[in-house]
Amino acid sequence: MSAATSRARTFMRGLPVSGKIGLVLVLFWFVAAMAGPFVAPYSVSAFVDYDVFSPSSREFWLGSDYLGRDVLSRLLWGARYTIFLGLGAALIACTTGTALALTAAIRGGWVDEALARTMDTMISIPSKILALVLVAAFGSSLTLLLIIASITYIPGNFRISRALAMNVVGLDFVSVARARGESARWIALREILPNMIHPWLADLGLRFVFIVLLLSGLSFLGLGVQPPHADLGSLVRENVSGLAFGAAAIIAPAIAIATLTVGANLLIDALKPVDDKA
Amino acid sequence: MSAPAAPRSAIAGVMPMILKRIGVALLTLLLVSAVVFTISGLLPGDAAQETLGQSATPEQVAALRHEMGLDRPAATRYVEWLSDIVQGDPGRSLVANMPVKEVIAGRLPNSLMLAGITALVSVPLALLIGITAAINRGGLLDRGLSLMTLSLVAVPEFLIATLAVLVFSVTLLWLPSIALVSSDATWSQTLRSTALPVLTLTISVMAQMARMTRAAVADQLDRPYVEMAHLKGVPFRRIVLYHVMPNAIGPMINAIALSLSHLLGGAIIVETIFNFPGLASLMVNAVTSRDMPLLQACAMIFCTAYLLLMLVADVVAILANPRLRAQ
Repeated sequence: MSAATSRARTFMRGLPVSGKIGLVLVLFWFVAAMAGPFVAPYSVSAFVDYDVFSPSSREFWLGSDYLGRDVLSRLLWGARYTIFLGLGAALIACTTGTALALTAAIRGGWVDEALARTMDTMISIPSKILALVLVAAFGSSLTLLLIIASITYIPGNFRISRALAMNVVGLDFVSVARARGESARWIALREILPNMIHPWLADLGLRFVFIVLLLSGLSFLGLGVQPPHADLGSLVRENVSGLAFGAAAIIAPAIAIATLTVGANLLIDALKPVDDKA
Repeated sequence: MSAPAAPRSAIAGVMPMILKRIGVALLTLLLVSAVVFTISGLLPGDAAQETLGQSATPEQVAALRHEMGLDRPAATRYVEWLSDIVQGDPGRSLVANMPVKEVIAGRLPNSLMLAGITALVSVPLALLIGITAAINRGGLLDRGLSLMTLSLVAVPEFLIATLAVLVFSVTLLWLPSIALVSSDATWSQTLRSTALPVLTLTISVMAQMARMTRAAVADQLDRPYVEMAHLKGVPFRRIVLYHVMPNAIGPMINAIALSLSHLLGGAIIVETIFNFPGLASLMVNAVTSRDMPLLQACAMIFCTAYLLLMLVADVVAILANPRLRAQ
């Protein structure tokens, strides 16, 4: 217990200011997403204000939206969709991409060639364009969005994981493990993966940022999360008519997405080893 | 580049490499077209069934399928689709009920203009920020600029657009929040109505470009020849202008080409917000109305533009590397 606390303290001390800001922002949004439904002052879909786009008040901290619903409650629920969809899709993209990358690195030969060619093709389609084509073809239910966002970012993770795995696969301890007769699965999970875990986690974080930006962008266009569900991007979209009044209903969710992605970006950048910082 | 000044044999030396890159790019474009066609043309169920609705009899569906050519093998349909696109005739738009070619011809110049102005504004700005940060490495100015660009990279375009509208259209009443672009508008009208889209795109593209420029220049500043010049007593200004810049220009152009590819994605959001009549907003409409021929054509144009920028970045990297040229 105390060892864990002291480790956490050393970790915090080593973090530059920008990293600390990032950590605080990310933690804040994760806590908000977890606790959202329990602390939200009103029901997410209840019409609680007779006025629309009312300014911030003691009853409604962030005012009301275009239908007179409480913006704070909708924001807390929206953050939940944004964060859990983003995290889910990032995890799917990274586990799939890495599993394929490890297969390519261990098998080599034509398996590697075929996988690398396929992924190079996919990566040559700009991510937003690929996502739009996928949405047009399959639609955009929550499950589909999760899958579409994952597919869009598998190639990027594959490319990085493959490069990382290729660096490790030629090292002596992998040859030793092979000579010992370990299975490909053992070599991938016990020998290679632990030795690429730090850059891998950084990539997971970056995919999360990209996916949050992609999904909220899609929702903003009306092609992402569909009513009655609403993520932060949908909140910006549905309140767009409040822009003329500078309503908090449109500004707050937009700022929420930005603080989440900027925070994650600052944190990831601060965790990078100094020598490969751009 | 140093291309015109270099002896003929130097260019001839890298020609095979460049040709190879062009070949790879063309092959990739072919594979991309197969992916786009598979996702949008083959997978999403039956267009005939969808057009006729649930109440259609199987005979009606079969007849329409035959008429639309959906009953032929996938490979045949792909080859036909591809040859139509290559010949510049990607079919009829289902919603606009006119040739896709004409729909796109009305939009493409607007998008190119938006991209062109954005590039003209963002490239000098990004170079200025990137170089300033690099030559002040580790200083307060560098840390401030790096924090700014690192944050801006992760800010969604629609937040920038929203804030820009709030400041310039709602509060200050300087600029229109909707981009009305027509062929008979004067230059100043066009500039005014594209100001906010350009501003938004510039901010979102510039950050990445400035970061990569900083990295390219900082990398050169770490080289031994810079230290040598320092020790010789060359003034810092001179080192930057005459020693570092010629070496950094290749990586910088590479960075610009890579960053400009972000324009494509950014344009999708920005054109939609400002109602800008460009190709990206057209593509979003095509997705909403499931107008597949139009969608496929737009997707292929964007993918081609993207690959072209990547190719430019690649070729510049080759030309800028004297070691490759000497071979």
